[in-house]
Amino acid sequence: MSKIVRTMSSILSLFIFVYGSYIIMHGHLTPGGGFQGGAVFASGVALLIVAFGSQNLHKSLKEHHLSILESGGALIFIGLAFGGIATVFFYNFLVGSPIFGHIPPPGPNPGDIWTAGVIPFMNLAVGLKVIAGLSAILLVMALATTITEVEE
Amino acid sequence: MDKLITHSPILIIAIPLLAAFLTPLISRVNEKARDVLVITTLAFVEFLVIILARDIYANGIHIYTLGASSPTLTIPEQYMVPVRIILEVDAMSIFMGIISATVSLAAAVYSLSFMKEETGRDRFYTLLLLMIVGMFGMEFTGDMFNLFVFLEIASISGAALAAFRTRFTDAVEGGFKYIIISSAGALVVLFSVGIFYAQYNLLNIAALAQVIQYTMLDKIALALLVIAFAMKLGGVPLHMWVPDTYAAAPAGITAMLVVSSQACMYALFRVCFTLYGVTLNMATVGWIVIILGMLSMFVGVTMAIPQIDIKRLMSYHAISQSGYMLLGVGVGLAVLGNPEALATYGREAMSGGIFHIINHALYKGLLFLTAGALFYRTGTRDLNKMGGLGHNMKFTSIFFIIGALSISGIPPFNGFASKIMIYESVYRFNPILAVIAMLVSIITLASFTKAFQSAFTGPQLPQYKDVKEAPRSMLIGMGILASIIIFFSLFPGLIVGWIVYPAADALINQAIYISAVMGG
Repeated sequence: MSKIVRTMSSILSLFIFVYGSYIIMHGHLTPGGGFQGGAVFASGVALLIVAFGSQNLHKSLKEHHLSILESGGALIFIGLAFGGIATVFFYNFLVGSPIFGHIPPPGPNPGDIWTAGVIPFMNLAVGLKVIAGLSAILLVMALATTITEVEE
Repeated sequence: MDKLITHSPILIIAIPLLAAFLTPLISRVNEKARDVLVITTLAFVEFLVIILARDIYANGIHIYTLGASSPTLTIPEQYMVPVRIILEVDAMSIFMGIISATVSLAAAVYSLSFMKEETGRDRFYTLLLLMIVGMFGMEFTGDMFNLFVFLEIASISGAALAAFRTRFTDAVEGGFKYIIISSAGALVVLFSVGIFYAQYNLLNIAALAQVIQYTMLDKIALALLVIAFAMKLGGVPLHMWVPDTYAAAPAGITAMLVVSSQACMYALFRVCFTLYGVTLNMATVGWIVIILGMLSMFVGVTMAIPQIDIKRLMSYHAISQSGYMLLGVGVGLAVLGNPEALATYGREAMSGGIFHIINHALYKGLLFLTAGALFYRTGTRDLNKMGGLGHNMKFTSIFFIIGALSISGIPPFNGFASKIMIYESVYRFNPILAVIAMLVSIITLASFTKAFQSAFTGPQLPQYKDVKEAPRSMLIGMGILASIIIFFSLFPGLIVGWIVYPAADALINQAIYISAVMGG
């Protein structure tokens, strides 16, 4: 793509990444969460793939690194679920603790990010998995289309 | 130990899930370590299933509430209904759990050698473990929406596994058909879950069963659920995917797809007996299930006769055998409202059908594994091209004989034990049904005689002179299933008393299932 497109995509993709991260981190307060934020984040990757071409992006972004990240996200999620096994699987063991441990007041409130215990971490883990998974899918599909073009 | 039993319902689901995402990481370090991890995980799950089963037979239904402050706290204070995800494991669920755990352990051991030449085996084992998670989830869950989620997990991973050997075009076709059928089925299930939620604001099966009215909408939901699960289990008008998918999948996976279809059959029974139960118009739905079973039985076996592809032949027999289970349990469903008929023959028919589920999983799993061993050594599934393989593959032919005699219902094998229960009790319900079932069994024997004769007997063929016995891990996988079949054949009465009657009673006694969650 032209230099204008590439420059604009590099700048815009940063904003998309920030917005995606925001949706992931506010998952327990506002609409959205790990999956939705991860999808937004991956759309930034899609923008980069379109602007720079999958071959170029593949030099710095390898799908097997992404697959490690994906497994890591899943493992963090299950690990957090196992963290509560002393009481019950999926038990929210961080409520009342200093980390994300506040109990929100009932009724309408401006939203306290420091609440919900393990849920923000689980959103983060799901977000990580979705970012890595969707980016890997996009990257591999984009690479595959370039290969067939060469063959034809 | 008590702690382990308390948490075992979730551990049986969560440990394979954890292992599924560990395998790709460990494969990078060491392939051997990954194989060890997969087998140890499945062996540990088998152990957990057995200790949980012992506890359930001694102490009744096991409840596990996720995320609560205590595993048995199903209804939190200030609430009237259960809000959390609840796993409810009764004798029927754990019966299916035993099947899934055993067959998947054998299939995984078998796959160690069978998949040795394939690339991307880290993904193979991830998908395999995920499929096991899906099956256990469907069997243990006490929540309609969760049932849908686990159905999706089992379906997607099953489809990916069926299409795993993408260098064969028929594998891709089989996987594609499976994913189409599964997605359509799962969406229909989701739609009916939506109908329940809209009417009753509930998703928990026990809570729904308590308040269900059998309104017009409930009837629509029941029809949708029956269609979706009949499609997934390969009942006859909706069986077109079975031969393609089963034949093209790797042999170990075919054995697991059989169990996965049976998990869908379990879901069908759970919906009919536990969710609708006494509110249902039993005779009508029972007859629908019986007719579905009769059609599957007869069409499946007649379609099997002309097959020359050994795995397609076995796949049509899988359809035909699932007809027996539907027939047995359908008779139980038809007389559920009539306590006298239920006591004299209904419970016996259901037990026969349920016993046939485990027998079928074992011998059909074994037969598919032997077919895979033949393919592994000869490179063909065409019966006309095989011959004289009994000379070189002695163990495989013995395993094939065990499976074939068992599926044809020859005494003293376990297939006979469950079929005689079905014949005797169904005869008292309707003699014609029993006669057709016996006829189907005879045709099955004829068809397997043909398969055995063309593959194993006869003079040694020159092109198969150097064929060796199947590799050791494949023999171990087949040996596990064969030895369990022999054990079941020797002590059928013991098995029926231990695990089959409790399972049938668990389906009949809807009230116990409800009160375990709702209390009182």
